This record gives sequence, structure tokens and C-alpha cells, in this order.
Amino acid sequence: MRSPTWIRQHLAALRALLVFTALLGLVYPLAVFAVAQLPGLKDKADGSLVKANGKLVGSASIGQSFADKDGNPLRQYFQTRPSNAGDGYDPTASGASNLGPEDVVDTLPDPKLVAAGKEDENARESLLTQVCERSRAVGELEGVDGSRPFCTPGGVGAVLAVFGPRAKDGTVPHPTRVVSLNEQEGAVKTPFVATYRGVKVEPARYGEDYARGLVVPVRGNAPAEPAVPADAVTASGSGLDPHISPEYARLQVRRVARARGVTPAQVEALVREDRTGRSLGFMGEPVVNVLRLNLALDAKYPARD
Amino acid sequence: MGTAVAGICFVASLVLALAVVYRPLGDHMHRVYDGRRHSRVERVIYRLVGVKPDAEQTWGVYARSVLAFSAVGVLFLYLLQRVQDRLLLSLGFRPVKPDQAWNTAVSFVTNTNWQSYSGESTMGHLVQMAGLAVQNFVSAAVGMCVAIALVRGFARKRTEHLGNFWVDLTRGTLRILLPIAFVGAVALVAGGVIQNFGDGHTAATFAGAQQRLPGGPVASQEAIKELGTNGGGFFNANSAHPYENGAAWTNWLEIFLILVIPVALCRTFGRMVGQDRQGHAIVAVMGTIALVSVALTNAFQLMHHGTVPMAVGAATEGVESRFGVANSATFAAATTLTSTGAVNSFHDSYTGLGGMMTMVNMMLGEVAPGGVGSGLYGMLVLAVITVFVAGLMVGRTPEYLGKKIGSREIKFAACYFLVTPILVLTGTAAAVATRSGRAGMLNSGAHGFSEVLYAFTSASNNNGSAFAGLTANTVWYDTALGLCMAFGRFLPMVFVLALAGSLARQGRTPASDGTLPTHRPQFVGMVTGVTVVLVALTFLPALALGPLAEGLH
Repeated sequence: MRSPTWIRQHLAALRALLVFTALLGLVYPLAVFAVAQLPGLKDKADGSLVKANGKLVGSASIGQSFADKDGNPLRQYFQTRPSNAGDGYDPTASGASNLGPEDVVDTLPDPKLVAAGKEDENARESLLTQVCERSRAVGELEGVDGSRPFCTPGGVGAVLAVFGPRAKDGTVPHPTRVVSLNEQEGAVKTPFVATYRGVKVEPARYGEDYARGLVVPVRGNAPAEPAVPADAVTASGSGLDPHISPEYARLQVRRVARARGVTPAQVEALVREDRTGRSLGFMGEPVVNVLRLNLALDAKYPARD
Repeated sequence: MGTAVAGICFVASLVLALAVVYRPLGDHMHRVYDGRRHSRVERVIYRLVGVKPDAEQTWGVYARSVLAFSAVGVLFLYLLQRVQDRLLLSLGFRPVKPDQAWNTAVSFVTNTNWQSYSGESTMGHLVQMAGLAVQNFVSAAVGMCVAIALVRGFARKRTEHLGNFWVDLTRGTLRILLPIAFVGAVALVAGGVIQNFGDGHTAATFAGAQQRLPGGPVASQEAIKELGTNGGGFFNANSAHPYENGAAWTNWLEIFLILVIPVALCRTFGRMVGQDRQGHAIVAVMGTIALVSVALTNAFQLMHHGTVPMAVGAATEGVESRFGVANSATFAAATTLTSTGAVNSFHDSYTGLGGMMTMVNMMLGEVAPGGVGSGLYGMLVLAVITVFVAGLMVGRTPEYLGKKIGSREIKFAACYFLVTPILVLTGTAAAVATRSGRAGMLNSGAHGFSEVLYAFTSASNNNGSAFAGLTANTVWYDTALGLCMAFGRFLPMVFVLALAGSLARQGRTPASDGTLPTHRPQFVGMVTGVTVVLVALTFLPALALGPLAEGLH
């Protein structure tokens, strides 16, 4: 007796799938694995692992954090970029912020929880505030101007909610009320601008709804090319970026040299050695591998403890 | 060298490399699908599967074979995920939840590779390689089968036969995908992509903390993920992860792998219909659209319009240092112009207009050059619509490649075109109209809407990339997007095969003075125009609410 066509068809499909699973799902990856055991490939296939004094300290391909437990940068080490992988550089949770280019308004924390020393889980810093805060912190650490366009001197996004009748083009020419959205009452003494179009600017209050206001980011007069480079204030896609730009490395030279008691020129020479240009001269961007650089520093100029 | 000049060289070198392999690979694929001989391995496979390789199928049987193979694939992949805790190399992960397992199974079988899970914390090595990576191969091979069947419809006359699905599937996998993927995988290892079966290492970091470094058969999966325009990453960060894409040159290689088969299939098409120039015309349409899109995406990203990019001074949020903004933009365009959906940078953080370009690329129907196979059949359907529109304008019976485009053919073509807009627009509308749909947005306002629109565009076009801020691992999104992926893949395939059957049955109409030549620049321009106009009319209102509102303010 023959089974109906549609059953035979599905049985053929199942057999085909099983054959392909054996071939493509087992034989193929094993064959690639076998070739990857060749010298020159094996290290990379295993994850470009880096050892120091016989102990595994990380991977040359995967960035890591060079900050202490409280998140303060270790001054004797070059710092990597900000990271959104878990609590920072966690390869078990790779990923990005996924925040958009107009993510400029913070969700403020409940002052009651803050006063009690707790964290408000509903609070969220906007991408703009994250950028401003990082820029200020890096500026302070490296002793340069950390100001940026659209940032307050206090290091949050300079964003106003402007209330009042809208003109035809959507602007508010004669505001009745203006609130600085990312500066919370109590957290700042005075907003970053005193008045806007003749109206006094208020700090933001927790729990108030400012959705009806027009959101206006304020450029301010920070230099168009800030001293702190772009990669120092933005997180990478993977959160595991092992590299920084040569500009960001240059910015850190003085601080690292001082922490290790050597001249900036000596550190600069190591940075130059570690720098890789574009592949074939035109692919990607020039970068400095932070883990390799710090490893070379530790070997050549051990930090004074 | 400046960033812009380097970025142009990067694109130019890709175009050059594709031009070099266009002929040899296209001719090779022609021999693969038109050859009569079966290799010994293939004979063994046919015997194991229990099919007669020399028996040809009608369009109906061919379509049912596609559907049966895919249905079995979904079921198998679902079960594999549900019992992964009892399998080898599970890394101690629990079984995947039912809604997520369904979503993932459909996602990989439909060549979408939308990922509502995060690879490093959900999937064991065995599920990755024996489940997901196998579908990376065969879903791509199925796409090629359908494309080849459609081309046979044009090439043959007065026949019911379109070839044998099992033969096309086996040959496409063994003779095209497997060898290229193998070479690509080894090259990727040389660029720092890992290939091992370990469960990782724990490093003691400089700062005195611990870092868990993952292991896995990544290179073998990465190569076919790009080559088969699949896009499902081994890790959550996808091709931004240094273990998936370790260097600027592996980034180049991955883009090349994404584009190579869809481009070279145009040559195969030209060979099979006996007029190489018809293939050149199709690749010219694809190339025109692709170059404009790549240039615009690069320009928008390098101009870094928008508040946060202006504060930063560059659109570097979500971008890896080793790739830079320009090469990331090129990858983003390539992955959305095809049905890949792999990402080496995070589209959600792109500038308003740069992010819109990735969406527009998908809305074009992913035809420039499109997914493996699906790009070619998508573009051929658009060519059919174009000769019909042109025929209406001059009042003649439309013909393409000696086949009359009658009411039956144009109905299939129109149905094909309508599937995705219906899925995208009703899906997005349903999401923003329901609480569970709105709850998934990470960003607010226009950008939040863009996240939802992107998700449905990506799923319905079988792309798989995301504005990843959207929390898509909810029962609502897993189910809705799973349905979009399934309908968005298989309804068009059935229409294409029906069209192929109808074309193959016809005789050949000799070209006359009234025949519109379909190999001249005029036709290239018309197909490009029809593609852009159809998409603009369909999606402009939705785009105006999301990325346009954000990018132009």
C-alpha cells in the first residue's frame, strides 16, 4: 500500500533535512575547525587570548575595562571606550545602547529614593546626557576642556521645554514658561541659562509632565571640535570594542606618563608602535589596541605602587 | 587619506571585486543548475532522501516541495531549541521558551534571521551549528531554487516542467554555498573570528575583575550567515562583535560575501535565457539603485545631522572604531539592500535620515541586489510589472523575453508585490494601536514609531536587522513578527512559482517592431523608476511619521 503523496513528500523533506544537518551542521564546522588548527590560525580560532606571567589576562580582540570596582579609571592605564555590554565590557551580554539621535530628554529619578541613597529603576539618562557626562569626566581626568555643543557646564544635555502658543512653523516665539528638562530641582543650583526669550528658566521637577512643551536643544558656545574625541564619549556597537582612536590615545599620554613616572615621549613611542593604520590603506579607520598597549606599558614601565 | 576618500575607495574596491567574479561565478552557477550529471555524493543523497533526480516537477509539485521542506525545517528547529538542555554542547542553557522558539525557527527557515534572543546567553553550540547554521545554508538554497525555477519559466516553452526541487536544493548547497562558505570561514579565522567548541575562558583582567570570554564555532556560521544573506549573529552584537568580525578587512570580506551571489545570479539568468545582455540589464538596475543608496547612507552618516551626533561631532554611537562611520554605513546599506540583516553597527542610533535609508532599502523589496535568489526573482517580477506598465502606455501587448505578459501573469506579479506592503503597514498599525505593541518601544516619539515600522519592514521582507531598541521578545511581537516572516517569505514564493508555471506553458513570441527591447539603458531606467515610484507611493506616508519627521526637523 502506498502512503498519500503529501506524506511521502514530507518524509522526503525530513530525510533531506537530516542528511543536510549531518553534512552542514556537523561535518562542515568540524572541517573548518580542523583547518583552523594550522599554526597561525589556531591562536585566532581560540580567541586571540593574551597571557601575562602565565595567566590569562584577556583577549586582544575583546576590549576590557581599566577602571576600579567603583568605576574610577585607573590612571596608569589607557582607557577604553564607554560600553553597554552588561555592566561594561561583559562578553556574556554584548550590545549597544540603541538610543536614537534625538534621545535628549532624561527620565529624572525620584528625589525621595535618591535622598534615601537608593537607585530609581525608572530613571534613565538620555543619550545626550550620557555623552555630556562622559565628555566632562574625560576632560577632568585628562586636564582638558570637556565642554561640548548641546551640553550644560554641569554635564547634562542642555535641553529646554518651551511652553506657549505655537507659530505656524511650530516654534514658540512668545513663551509663557520655560523648563530645563535635564536639570533637576535640588540637583542644580541654577539652570544653565537664566532666561530664554525673556522668560525665566526653571529647573525640572520630578513627576511633572512636560510633554506639551516644545523640546529645544540649546547649542551653547562650546567649540565645534571638542578637545575630547568622539569615540571617548560614545559606546561601540558590540560594547566590546578593543580599540580607541589615535586621537583619544594621544589625549591620554600625559596622564599615563605621569602615573608611571616616565616622560610623555616614552609613552608616545609605545602608542605609535601599537597603532594600526587602515587595512590596505583604505579599509576602516586607524586604531590603537588598548589591551596590547597597556600590556606593553606594564612590561616596559611598570607602574609605581 | 581622509575618511571620505577612504570610504569611496572601500566601495569602489567592492564594486571592482564583484565585477571580477560576476562572469566566472555566474557561469559556474549556470552549469550547476543546467548540468545533467550528478556527482557521486549527490547520488547518495538522492538515494537517502528517496527521490528520483531525473524526474522533473510541475510548478505545483515544486511549490509543495518547497513548502514541505520548509515546514519540516520549522518543526525540527523548534524541537531542537525546546530540548537543547538535553543535547551536547548546550553550555547549560535552558530550553528556549515556546514563543521565542517559534519565532526563531520561522526566522531562520525564512532566511530572515530576525533575532529576539541574544545568542551568547540563549543558544548552545549544537543548536547554533546543527540547527541555525544548517538553515542558513538550506534557506538560501531554497531562495535560489525558486529564482532558478522562475528563470526556467522564461527560458523554456510549452512545458509543465520547472526542474526538480530536490536536485536544485542539493546542487545549490553542495556546489555553490558550501565551497565558498568554507573558504570564507577559513579567511575569517585569519581575521580573528573564533572557531572552537569550547565553552570559553575566564580571564583575570588588568583591573582585577573577571571577564568571561566566549567560545564557539563562529567562523563556520559567520561565513554562511553573510553568503546566504541570512544575518543571524552567533552573538547578540552580530557582526559588530570582534569575534564575528575582527578587522576592517574582514568587514570588507563580509560585505563581499553578502553581495556576491545575488549579483552573479544575474549572469546566470542571462545565460539561462540565452541572452547575456538581459542579465546585464538586470544587474544594471540593481547596481544603480545600490550605488545611490550606499552613497546616500554614507553621506547622511558622515554629515551627522541631529542633536546627539552634533554634540558628539560624529555619528559614532553604536559604531566600532576599527570600521569607522563610513564602512559601517556601507555595511548597513549592503545588509538592508539584500535580505541579510546582519549589522556591524547599530541602526537604531543612526542619524534620522541615515536610519531611514536602511528602511527604504528594505521597502524597495530587497531587490538591489536582494537576497540570495529572492533578489533575482523580486527584480524579475518588477521587470514584468514594468513591461506591463510600458505596454499600457503605448497600447501594445506587453512581452518579456519572448513571453506574453497577459492578465494571468500580471495578476501573479501584482499579488507578489502587494504581500509585503500589506504585512508591513497592517502590522505596524496593529502594533501602535495595541498596548502590547506600544510597550516594546525604547525610544519615544517619532523614533519609537520608527522602531516598530522597522521591525515589521524587516520581518515582512525577511531581512532580520532591527532598530534594536525595540523589546521584541514578548509573546505579542514573537507571534506577530513570526507570522509576517512566514507570509512574507512563502506567499511571494508561491506566486513566483505560479508565474513560472504559467510562463513555461507558453510558446515563444518572436520579437517584432512593437516589442520593447529589455536590454537597453531605457529599460534599465524604466525598471528603476517603477521600483522607486511603487515603493514611494506605498511607504511615504509611513516614513513621514517616523524617520522623516525626525530627520528633517
